[in-house]
Amino acid sequence: MTTTQTPATTENLPAPARKTGGGLLTSLGGQNLSLIGALVLVLALFGFLNDNYLSLANIQVIGEAVTITGLLAIVQTVVIICGGLDISVGSQAGLASVVSAMVFTSGGSNPYLGMAAAIGIGILVGVVNGVAIVYGRVNPTIATLAGLAAYKGVAQLVSDGRAQGYVLNDPLFVFLGRGKIAGVPVMIWILVVVALAVHVMLKYTDIGRNIYAIGGNDTAARLAGININKYLVAVYALIGVVAAVAGILLTARTGSGQPVSGSEGLELKAITAAALGGCALKGGKGGIGGTLLAVALLGALENGLTVEGINTFWQNVAQGALLVAAVVIQQRRSGERAVGLPH
Amino acid sequence: MTTAGTEPPAPAQDPGEEISVEDITKRFGAVQALSGVTLAFPRGRVTALMGENGAGKSTLLKILTGDHQPTEGSILWNGRPRTLSSPHDAHKAGIRIIPQEPEIIPHVSVAENVYAGALPRTALRRLDRAELRRRITADLARLGFEKVIHPDQLGSELTPAQRQLVEILRALTGEAKVIAFDEPTSSLSENEVEALFGLIDRLRDQGIAVIYVSHRMKEIFRLADRIAVLRDGTVAGVLEARDTNEGEVVRLMVGRDLSSLFVRQDVARDEVVLQLEGVTTDDVSGIDLHVRAGEVVALAGLMGAGRSELALALAGDRPIRSGRVCVNGSPLRLRSPRDAIRASIGLAPEERKAQALFLHRSIRDNTSLVSLDRLRRWRFVRSRQEKAVAQDFSDRLRVRTPSIEHEVRKLSGGNQQKVVLARWLLRKPKVLILDEPTRGIDIGAKAEIYRIIADLAREGVALLVISSELPEVLGLADRIVVMQNGRITGELNRAEATEEAVLNLAMADDLAPVAADRPLTDSADGDAR
Repeated sequence: MTTTQTPATTENLPAPARKTGGGLLTSLGGQNLSLIGALVLVLALFGFLNDNYLSLANIQVIGEAVTITGLLAIVQTVVIICGGLDISVGSQAGLASVVSAMVFTSGGSNPYLGMAAAIGIGILVGVVNGVAIVYGRVNPTIATLAGLAAYKGVAQLVSDGRAQGYVLNDPLFVFLGRGKIAGVPVMIWILVVVALAVHVMLKYTDIGRNIYAIGGNDTAARLAGININKYLVAVYALIGVVAAVAGILLTARTGSGQPVSGSEGLELKAITAAALGGCALKGGKGGIGGTLLAVALLGALENGLTVEGINTFWQNVAQGALLVAAVVIQQRRSGERAVGLPH
Repeated sequence: MTTAGTEPPAPAQDPGEEISVEDITKRFGAVQALSGVTLAFPRGRVTALMGENGAGKSTLLKILTGDHQPTEGSILWNGRPRTLSSPHDAHKAGIRIIPQEPEIIPHVSVAENVYAGALPRTALRRLDRAELRRRITADLARLGFEKVIHPDQLGSELTPAQRQLVEILRALTGEAKVIAFDEPTSSLSENEVEALFGLIDRLRDQGIAVIYVSHRMKEIFRLADRIAVLRDGTVAGVLEARDTNEGEVVRLMVGRDLSSLFVRQDVARDEVVLQLEGVTTDDVSGIDLHVRAGEVVALAGLMGAGRSELALALAGDRPIRSGRVCVNGSPLRLRSPRDAIRASIGLAPEERKAQALFLHRSIRDNTSLVSLDRLRRWRFVRSRQEKAVAQDFSDRLRVRTPSIEHEVRKLSGGNQQKVVLARWLLRKPKVLILDEPTRGIDIGAKAEIYRIIADLAREGVALLVISSELPEVLGLADRIVVMQNGRITGELNRAEATEEAVLNLAMADDLAPVAADRPLTDSADGDAR
């Protein structure tokens, strides 16, 4: 790794000053700090309004409620960093939920069979998305918008539009949905494990570097020898797998395969969390930490509004407003000129 | 400083003066971009604005165009202070700037691009095509550009030179009094440059105050009446062009001599590293070329000769239709940039921001990206080792930055180019292709890039350098291969290379008007192998 080079003629050029350090605060970044601030604010506000809000039991409720959104938000973050988008994640989870319950029921109550089938479907659906985008040259938003409708339709077709199967007679599903390890719900553990794995992949492996590179400048990434097509298909396949895990948890949680209820609208939450967490929607920027904070913030807000008895319709309004606000803040920061359609 | 020194602002005695700045200071936070700059831009004269990147040229231009407000000091218009609070203000006052990167609407015609925002309309608010046609034809004829650009061409079809032309045409609509050119020739070929100079001469004769920003000495001395040199935000000197020379200007800019820029050495070995036999792509045909270890071969030619396209093909990014590419004697299959990198071919492309850099990532990330396969254990990047090598190359190439963790977008053009080079130096390719390695960077950084190229040659790397700057081609290359219209028209060794010889080959059967008045000393066939 060394080349022999003569030291340059050092006339009037200053030696580069070196700054070391970084510290916890700078490593967290401004975006994350403001998220933590907002989260503290939300917790304090609802904690003040309602004594039970900050109880351990309620915090666990929040944690369980955000797990499925959290899983989808994590993979959404990855695809947004690549410069793509997947709005079919909710439908993918719904399809996986139905498949897991139905295969479980018809396969002689074998939970592994049901889960394997769900994950298999997840991979298939992800690869279909990826191939349509990369080789079909379909814009990711359009391709996955089509997927949003199509996969939901498939789930409704196979399930006849109703909840299917019953899984709570199986200890593994019960463990996933209701079990605890060290006092913490299994679902939250799964979220933590997936989040850690994806975080490590993004930050510490060459795969992660290449993912940021693709989203940051695809021409430069191609010229740097990165096989962009392979990466994009793989990222969409990863989304399929994680969406399938979310679907399995949905089944375990509700006791049966849910084609629509429980998964509808999750794509909006996932994208909101990613944007709020600091992902630049044009790619190349973002991270798991910010997304998780945003997921927690959204969950705390939603739970607080529910605890206070505020109409769910208002919660939808709040969520939409948050997504737009997050992007507005982002665009302000990037200093994009306010002319015509944004990039 | 030396010779003429700063000019006292004396608008009353100088009736030709249109605009001047007096004691302008501009601070951005803690950064002092300009301090106490006093300069006049007399009408009917071309004032060249020179200085290294960061010397304050663009800040000064932006103050003149109303993009920035001076922290202190004033802009004088015919001796009276005048505030230019927005670009719109400046435009109304008759100040125009021709930007480096032209803004072109791709899907509409040249005519509509030129008059965008002020298109002629009929009574029913429909586009008045007849009137538009009349205007554009008249303007093109007035400027002598009828043959260079067609009013019906779409924005997306234009060459870089033509895009520049559209900006110039835009600037000349309405009443322009001051026109600033910011590095206008960086994407123009020689004959396009000559046409542009003709235009600037005419603007001067019409009494317009022309401000001309460029790093290219030849252009400055061809065009400028006065040369204002900025250094570190102050005026280092204002020279009358006819009383000075390149050496003096460079010394004012950097405190260093021009002749010291190039490193002369003879380190080419016998072994041929890169060999092309009849390489044909969609843009070039029948290219035979070889580069030896330690040899610097320059690819000269005009814009559009196919040089960058050939470079991209060798980097695996454009399909090779026929012919053979060999590295160290073994033929390659180049289906993707990945294949080229595996075969030890590196490319520092023409557009470093668009094609090479990840502007929002750190210098470290940008440096290590193509070498991650050597810096990882399993798939984990060995961050300590990565940091060490990135720091090492950043130091060696003298990237001026407080830390290698800084985002690349914050660096100057020259330092950005060094990061691109650091990326390839770390990879250690056998063949390195450098496409316009010094475009848009200042003399100090250029000298450092030349030194890096010389160092690489000494290590035995086969270097193929594409450059449109003839002094650079002549100064760097051991051998010059000239291309025109996708073919090689000739080859010159160091002894026979002169600017004229290269130009003649570059324009061999081109009947460009500039070629006509140039003495065609030797024919293209004489130099072709």
